[in-house]
Amino acid sequence: MSIDARGRACPEPVLMTKKSLSANPEGVEILVDNVTAMENIKRFATNQGYQVTVEEQGEDYLLKITK
Amino acid sequence: MKAKTLVIIAGVVVGVFALLLTAFGNPANMGFCIACFIRDTAGGLKLHSAGVVQYVRPEIIGLVLGAFIVSLVSKEFSPRAGSAPGSRFVLGFFMMIGALVFLGCPLRMMLRIAGGDLNAIVGLVGFVAGILIGIAFLNKGFSLKRAYKISKADGYIFPAIQVVLLVLLLGLPALLAFSAEGPGSMHAPIALALIAGLVVGGVAQKSRLCTAGGIRDAILLKDFTLLTGFIVIIAVVLIGNIALNNFNLGFEGQPIAHNDGLWNFLGMALVGWAAVLLGGCPLRQLILSGEGNVDSAITAVGMLIGAAFAHNFGLASSGQGPTLNGQIAVIIGFIVVAAIGFTNLQKGDA
Repeated sequence: MSIDARGRACPEPVLMTKKSLSANPEGVEILVDNVTAMENIKRFATNQGYQVTVEEQGEDYLLKITK
Repeated sequence: MKAKTLVIIAGVVVGVFALLLTAFGNPANMGFCIACFIRDTAGGLKLHSAGVVQYVRPEIIGLVLGAFIVSLVSKEFSPRAGSAPGSRFVLGFFMMIGALVFLGCPLRMMLRIAGGDLNAIVGLVGFVAGILIGIAFLNKGFSLKRAYKISKADGYIFPAIQVVLLVLLLGLPALLAFSAEGPGSMHAPIALALIAGLVVGGVAQKSRLCTAGGIRDAILLKDFTLLTGFIVIIAVVLIGNIALNNFNLGFEGQPIAHNDGLWNFLGMALVGWAAVLLGGCPLRQLILSGEGNVDSAITAVGMLIGAAFAHNFGLASSGQGPTLNGQIAVIIGFIVVAAIGFTNLQKGDA
């Protein structure tokens, strides 16, 4: 499951992550294009007990969220 | 942890500068007020002719430029636009109307609480109610859709406008209007106000401080990071006010405030609702516009025009209370914000 949250205003990237994780509890991948969204998703997923790795893709960030 | 530390530092910095600005001439409980200062700037630029609220506030210039500089240095300056700019303009407009019926943005609401103004507690209850409505829309799939990368040059325009305002203020003040009396005449020295704006703009950029975001994240995501900043600001200013003998608990005779509970509640409810749909409070909109977010710059222009309308058409409250026109404008605001809310619910996302 992969989501494109680029260009979304706060708190949409986190909400998209939340919604996606409840449908795919094993993990999701999310693409964002700013540091704020990257940090917010990372904080949210970590608080939910997930592992998060961040991969820089040019000016975007791909977050891989796994159990 | 790092995010929370940054937010706490930002809260302390905002609190200390708010106290300093008040001590050095800003109106009581108005160290910072994004709504009031944009309103004063609108007056200073003669967009309205209310003589008591005319002054191009250096704090606003500093906030945008502080965020601009820090975002450039930290490579977070990223020009973008295209997320429903028309809706954002209108939301900014009515966010300003709500704030001027209450007499303060959410940041000033916090400073008023820290000064003992109990009317601001009523405002806070309204603000939270508005945020709850906004959250209900978010949960139903509300979105102003995505923004896109735009040219660097376009992102520089709003910060550049602030530089022009500063040049006018320092070099060609004869072009501007300056209040001889009233809140617009009460201000800290330009240098202090500008430095306060720059520093707070910088720390607000780094910490993502947002008055609406704090309450929103706590309710929606059980994330208390931003709310910590909210509480730290109130705590710092409360302690400062008690130490400086500026703490006066009560509803009556509060500085630049009225005690009409219903309209304090409704004014801030409109602000809270609009702020959640916008993704950030008035302060956050200024910071984002400094980072190159032109949608937020358009929101700030909406606030500026809203402020001009508020004083040209008698919508803003005074110490005597809200006006009939202001009450009608708030009700229209609720209808318009609801319309924007309902028309931007994403299908299949509910």
